[in-house]
Amino acid sequence: MKPAKFEYHAPETIDEALFLAAQYGDDARVIAGGQSLVPMMNIRLAQPDHVIDINNIGGLSYVREDGESVEIGALTRHHRIEKSSELMRLCPPLPAAARNIGHYALRERGTIGGSLALADPAAEFPLMAMLLDAGIMVRSTLGERVIHASDFFVSVFTTSLEPGEIVTGIRFRALAQGEGWGFRWLARRSGDYAIVNAAATLALDSGGRIGRIAMALGGVGATPVRLTALEQSAIGGETIGGWAGAIAAEAAVLVEPESDKNASAEFRKELIEVLLEKSLEDALARARGQAVV
Amino acid sequence: MSKVAIKLAVNGEMHEIFAEPRKLLSDVLREDLRLTGTHVGCEHGVCGSCTVQVDGAPSRACLIFAIQMQGREITTVEGLTPDEGLSPLQQALHEEHGLQCGFCTPGIITTFDAYLRENPDPSDDEIRKVLSGNLCRCTGYDSIVRAVKRAARMIREGAAE
Ligand SMILES: Cc1cc2nc3c(=O)[nH]c(=O)nc-3n(C[C@H](O)[C@H](O)[C@H](O)COP(=O)(O)OP(=O)(O)OC[C@H]3O[C@@H](n4cnc5c(N)ncnc54)[C@H](O)[C@@H]3O)c2cc1C
Ligand code: FES
Ligand code: FES
Repeated sequence: MKPAKFEYHAPETIDEALFLAAQYGDDARVIAGGQSLVPMMNIRLAQPDHVIDINNIGGLSYVREDGESVEIGALTRHHRIEKSSELMRLCPPLPAAARNIGHYALRERGTIGGSLALADPAAEFPLMAMLLDAGIMVRSTLGERVIHASDFFVSVFTTSLEPGEIVTGIRFRALAQGEGWGFRWLARRSGDYAIVNAAATLALDSGGRIGRIAMALGGVGATPVRLTALEQSAIGGETIGGWAGAIAAEAAVLVEPESDKNASAEFRKELIEVLLEKSLEDALARARGQAVV
Repeated sequence: MSKVAIKLAVNGEMHEIFAEPRKLLSDVLREDLRLTGTHVGCEHGVCGSCTVQVDGAPSRACLIFAIQMQGREITTVEGLTPDEGLSPLQQALHEEHGLQCGFCTPGIITTFDAYLRENPDPSDDEIRKVLSGNLCRCTGYDSIVRAVKRAARMIREGAAE
């Protein structure tokens, strides 16, 4: 099948794009990398009357840092994030996430803004947005706002973006000195979306106990989740024999995944236990300056 | 929206075609420009047979509207084929029996032409990871991995001369 008819717009400035987005509202879709939108249009799951191409707008593809946070332009391609030396230094989970998305040619075109706006519950960047307290910077003709990741993902393929709003950039927390991270997933084939993915960050306090911890899971519900309550109770804990498995087992009790054609709820719970445990162990090893394979 | 004029730079030549904005780059290449080396398998980004290069970056032609490509430089497998003989990748695929029916081959050439520029000496694992984006129903992939290794060596040795 081929896409349905639409009117094509190629604004060259963000203001022009915002004007078009305001004018056409729900009848328009922004196209960034097109790696999710065009497949949906090809099978006519999406039939927008207007397509607003943001690829000709300058200044939407960048990586900036100020030591404490990193900011990435909405149109930055996955491939650039994968290869960014700044990100590898300040926020290494992001290149690791990018490297795992789809296939080589898809990463050359797909964008981080598109990935967040799509809001697939098993996608890599939404998971990292939850883990790293991302602020999603959006604009419309009415002004700008920053939406915290926990308020951004509403349901499967659904965000809190209003019609007329365009994502312009995303700010992530940079990792602190001595803070380790882990990211694990299971997919049936290379390039597939994960069935479940898990990510964690961890820093030890001066006494060698857990000083700071963050954990997020994807593929376990309608949106990626952050395990805030579990993080609170883990702080101050010791990292001795079985600590990571104990936390992961609690997570598997707390989270209520559903069964679908890819995996049963029981299998997802098992994956949560295994993948979160390994993510935590990786995070601890990195926090201690050890190499992780 | 009815047909509009679209200017495209393909393999170093300028073309002007008339097509609806909804026409995919893969269809314009094949139907309007008669560059049928670009194959179409799945039209949702999975099989890789439509892969071309956009400003040197491998991209699925089935996930791009031709109208988006004005001002960009498109390279298809035809553009990666020398006037005489074969490119190192093509030669190596031939020598290693890296193809049978050849449906997947153009996408493999456009993909690895770009990848070997980025990584001129890839390991088997690295090649397999990239190759996972190109489905081949004939070869079982091992011969393609060998071909890419051989091509990489040919290109490195060629560059060293
Ligand atoms: C075969 C295949 C495998 C894939 N595997 C994975 C995978 O493993 N993991 C993964 O995460 N992704 C995967 N993807 C999807 C890929 O990462 C996409 O690039 C990404 O999800 C969407 O980014 P895009 O820039 O292509 O967005 P588009 O397809 O252009 O847009 C997606 C949606 O976001 C909206 N949008 C885009 N940009 C903006 C913006 N700036 N502001 C507001 N709305 C916007 C669009 O209107 C559309 O609704 C896969 C895709 C394919 C085809
Ligand atoms: S036809 Fe484009 S990836 Fe299959
Ligand atoms: S050679 Fe037939 S599909 Fe690859």
